[in-house]
Amino acid sequence: MGKSLRVAYGEALAELGDVNKKIVVLDADLANATQTRFFRDKFPDRFFDMGIAEGNMVDVAAGFAHTGYIPFVSTFALFGSGRAYEEIRNSVAYINLNVKFAFSHSGLSVGEDGGSHQSIEDIALMREMPNMTVLVPCDPTETKKAVKAAIDIDGPVYIRVARPVVDDITNADDPFVPGKANVLKDGNDVCIITCGLMVKPALEAAKALEEQGISTAVVNMHTIKPIDADTILKYNQKCKAILTFEEHSIIGGLGSAVAEVLAGKAGAKFTRVGINDKFGKSGKPEDLFREYGLTSEHVVEEAKKLL
Amino acid sequence: MDYEKKAKQIRADILKMLYACQSGHPGGSLSCVEMLMALYYDTMKIDPKNPKDPDRDRFVLSKGHACPTLYAILADLGYFPREDLLSLRQIHSYLQGHPDCRKTPGVDVNTGSLGQGASISVGLAMAAKLSKKTYKVYTVLGDGECQEGLVWEAAMAAAHYKLDNLTFMLDYNHLQIDGSNDQVMSLGDINAKFRAFGFETVDVDGHNIQEIDAALRTPHDGKPLFINCHTIKGKGVSFMEDQYQWHGSPMNKEQFEKALAEQEV
Repeated sequence: MGKSLRVAYGEALAELGDVNKKIVVLDADLANATQTRFFRDKFPDRFFDMGIAEGNMVDVAAGFAHTGYIPFVSTFALFGSGRAYEEIRNSVAYINLNVKFAFSHSGLSVGEDGGSHQSIEDIALMREMPNMTVLVPCDPTETKKAVKAAIDIDGPVYIRVARPVVDDITNADDPFVPGKANVLKDGNDVCIITCGLMVKPALEAAKALEEQGISTAVVNMHTIKPIDADTILKYNQKCKAILTFEEHSIIGGLGSAVAEVLAGKAGAKFTRVGINDKFGKSGKPEDLFREYGLTSEHVVEEAKKLL
Repeated sequence: MDYEKKAKQIRADILKMLYACQSGHPGGSLSCVEMLMALYYDTMKIDPKNPKDPDRDRFVLSKGHACPTLYAILADLGYFPREDLLSLRQIHSYLQGHPDCRKTPGVDVNTGSLGQGASISVGLAMAAKLSKKTYKVYTVLGDGECQEGLVWEAAMAAAHYKLDNLTFMLDYNHLQIDGSNDQVMSLGDINAKFRAFGFETVDVDGHNIQEIDAALRTPHDGKPLFINCHTIKGKGVSFMEDQYQWHGSPMNKEQFEKALAEQEV
């Protein structure tokens, strides 16, 4: 049964709100979109609509955190990571304050709203901040684990939440340890390192490559920061080619994070598949994925070019 | 307390700190001395021996560049040794160029990026309401700072959430880095603006501690309080008074000695 990652986020918050009374939730007039409405309806005293004023929302969350609360801040990824960038940087990350950012409607999969609302740079903006942990869950089950993991981290965490309804890929009893990638499939020729909504097409690409006799590993890099360098370096030795695959600009996202690990290291050939320095536009998510090369077919093509 | 004598001591410490580091912001530090004295010596419930007391009143220096004034007062109250003041802005010092609550005992909130302190104080006041604590939040804003849209986002939220435990105090010295407020970006009728946003407002002589103390006791049930403190930039140093050029200029030896002599300490 499919479910949107944002719904999984909203449900997880409402569940964990029972367990942890220090959780407060702030939203910028998007509770029905980010799905913080589940928490709002269950814990109205601990939910604060801050209006359409993202910078203020982040700083108010900082104020709550200064007194020991654990604020979750939600809005669209573009307005959170973009509009409120400097509030996150100076009021939260700068002093390692315990504020969680769960921004939804990330990437091209926002769809019809178009390029002004499609965040292709949020991972880049969030991961360059010292002290910040960056999580990119791939399905509803992993999203719930990411929320729980974020609470267990004493410091700022960014959870990238996507809008579309998707099926679970991971299982409830799979481990989710921030900073420790999950190898979904081992292989010897190509390693696809991916995250978020691209995990599913990455698995499809691996299947297609295997059918052509190319042994392919798939790594679910659910934590972009701290990046799991050990796993990357292991496949850099083991495979002939490493390919990153993400629903984000190839500048500054997962691909860049992996490139930073590989810099100066001999080993596999390397390329990045993602949004190639372009803004998004209106369209159905699947049409946009096709147009911007976020498909299993494109991954297969790029992988074969490397070999 | 002999306010006049204490103010001169604080100003002398500010001048020594700024002369030692050859950087920082004398004009806006000197203008808010009495405002912070009224808060720290007469108004706020604080305990220098227990700087993290969850029930303490909170102070947010939203115009964080005036931190020499805050540091001088915190040292005077015993939060840290007074001799450490001279380490301001030096490498390894816990006295940063802008307030850092993780480094400096007694600093409640980190500020410096203008506007952010205003919004953080809204969060502190909302947290007090949620946790049913009775602490108050006091925030000092600069006049140039009020050009930041964030201040008005904060003001809107403060009124919306009926934060009668929150007081914004404006250090209204009318000068900013590039010149007067009116030359750079007029604030217009700033009291009317805060009133329109839902604040109780009151005007005081920002160098008269008794007046500020009285203003801080203004009843403001169900709404936040705005105290417009009319001040003089560079107050207490004759050649700095009302000179925007002293917003962020270091003193030479001669200027420092003259400024210090005027404090008669």
